[in-house]
Amino acid sequence: MTPLIANAAYIGTPGKGILAADESTGTIGKRLASINVENVETNRRALRELLFTAPGALPCLSGVILFEETLYQKSSDGKLFVDILKEGGVLPGIKVDKGTVELAGTNGETTTQGLDGLGERCKKYYEAGARFAKWRAVLKIGENEPSEHSIHENAYGLARYAVICQENGLVPIVEPEILVDGSHDIHKCAAVTERVLAACYKALSDHHVLLEGTLLKPNMVTPGSDSAKVAPEVIAEHTVRALQRTVPPAVPAIVFLSGGQSEEEATKNLNAMNQLKTKKPWSLSFSFGRALQQSTLKTWAGKEENVKAAQEALYVRCKANSEATLGTYKGDAKLGDGAAESLHVKDYKY
Amino acid sequence: MSAFVGKYADELIKTAKYIATPGKGILAADESTGTIGKRFSGINVENIESNRQALRELLFTSPGALPCLSGVILFEETLYQKTSDGKPFVEFLQENGVIPGIKVDKGVVDLAGTNGETTTQGLDSLGARCQEYYKAGARFAKWRAVLKIGATEPSELSIQENAKGLARYAIICQENGLVPIVEPEVLTDGSHDIKKCAAVTETVLSAVYKALNDHHVLLEGTLLKPNMVTPGSDSAKVAPEVIAEYTVTALRRTVPPAVPGIVFLSGGQSEEEATLNLNAMNKLDLLKPWTLTFSFGRALQQSTLKAWGGKKENVAKAQATFLVRCKANSDATLGKYIAGASGDSAASESLFVKGYSY
Repeated sequence: MTPLIANAAYIGTPGKGILAADESTGTIGKRLASINVENVETNRRALRELLFTAPGALPCLSGVILFEETLYQKSSDGKLFVDILKEGGVLPGIKVDKGTVELAGTNGETTTQGLDGLGERCKKYYEAGARFAKWRAVLKIGENEPSEHSIHENAYGLARYAVICQENGLVPIVEPEILVDGSHDIHKCAAVTERVLAACYKALSDHHVLLEGTLLKPNMVTPGSDSAKVAPEVIAEHTVRALQRTVPPAVPAIVFLSGGQSEEEATKNLNAMNQLKTKKPWSLSFSFGRALQQSTLKTWAGKEENVKAAQEALYVRCKANSEATLGTYKGDAKLGDGAAESLHVKDYKY
Repeated sequence: MSAFVGKYADELIKTAKYIATPGKGILAADESTGTIGKRFSGINVENIESNRQALRELLFTSPGALPCLSGVILFEETLYQKTSDGKPFVEFLQENGVIPGIKVDKGVVDLAGTNGETTTQGLDSLGARCQEYYKAGARFAKWRAVLKIGATEPSELSIQENAKGLARYAIICQENGLVPIVEPEVLTDGSHDIKKCAAVTETVLSAVYKALNDHHVLLEGTLLKPNMVTPGSDSAKVAPEVIAEYTVTALRRTVPPAVPGIVFLSGGQSEEEATLNLNAMNKLDLLKPWTLTFSFGRALQQSTLKAWGGKKENVAKAQATFLVRCKANSDATLGKYIAGASGDSAASESLFVKGYSY
């Protein structure tokens, strides 16, 4: 079993999931601004220390995605974050894409950049302790979107990124996010998701990617943000069916993104999927950013005296999501400040 | 929906699932008139309609055989034939819990500019034909695409053409109430090793499932009929466990869980080989979200044909022989087959014919 396969399988361990803490300097700035915290290195470091040293949190996690700066940062004790994570049984991961750029001639569709020198960068990240990577492709639903062009560009970008990662010892998380923005219904989202995922797996096959050494990070299948909400069981049914139609069993785990869902919504939806009695040859888990950190951030508000309470808030969400991967979440998590708050921001840019 | 959900959707899903019932599989008895002629000449039997009818009656009425089968693929002529009692074969099968299927392709033609690669024809008026077959009692169909391994084969053109042909056939079937068996056979001919076969099989299957998605085929209402992953016919043989591992790995990398069952073709394998390989796959401790069963032609009928020899007085013996293979393969779908159960030397005979054309 190559290390890629072992690491991918480990990330998919039932009861565990991923904390996406890879907000770029610009993006974390928006988060910090919302709690009136200055976007300086010490604060960015302090936030991540709060997260990684939260009592009880690491056992609920199999991986944490980091931004490049964080890969080299240390705790106030002088211990490298990657070492804290490794000692806590958590694999460090690294965001490697360089954001999106528009596709000329389309209606605001994008492709993702970051392939230049990617191999070299992966080698360095591996040396620093990273064992998996993440690359976010973005598609949208509209009258004529996603276009065949956008699907193809994003799928083949993901495939190229994936094989370069594998050449350099990193498990690639393949993330083809279909934005929730729009007034479409859940059936439309399902149809688009199936089409996009089919294209992704064809591209991955063309690029000789070892599926057993990858993870998928898809959107859940939901109605558009401007449409009426539906029950978690409905989301679960459409999501799992879309995955059954497109994701080969060789993929060990599917780690959902939370998009604009509130912390509680995301957990309930994941839980419903794991309760569904149907064929699921891959484990279904989480790779949440906002849906794990929202109430933690609000509770912290940048103040030292709030760290303990903030860490408890993180633990509550970690535990809830850990249970959701087992289908045992009872919906009884002590809701933190803002846990039920939608995190949707129209046309969200990371 | 990405998948076409027409008026037959529920029935398609139910039929596909039934065909994939563990413990059962498919008898491929759809040899065209030309092909059955080759079989007959091998046992000195005249290729006339009454003999073709007699052979199929022998197979279908074999005591104890039908419970091992969930489906039988028929050639068009057979769809309209009857037992000597005057009962339509189709009805006889249905009454015994076996679903009649129909071969709908019209054979292969060369792809110009390639090194002997082919595409399959049969799309013209396929919808109308499917409607007729449905009326006659058929509930699933089969279409055989053929690819080969060589220095530069299969070519991208061949893969694309065959995958798209299969997808177009599949959706037309579903529009007309027939579960399409998707058969992208990668021939065993050649001196390549098992790894090469695995790589080609994965590439081909990946293209097939992309094409099926493009054509809005409802995967839950289909079956896959692939080759097993083996070394080339000119290469050294390997153990069933090795074939099982490479085959299941290739399928895990390409076949979405929505597909209810995978019904292997036997290619040129002997009856016993095919059974042992299928058995090994079902014993393999790897997660398999589709059932793994058989859709065998030669590997179910070879020793039966020899035992029959076209003679009425041999029918009972031939039927007993047929039952042995049916039971063996039924056990193999459950991973319960014990080798050598049949003891018949014919069962171990390779059925490989170089450059085999149906």
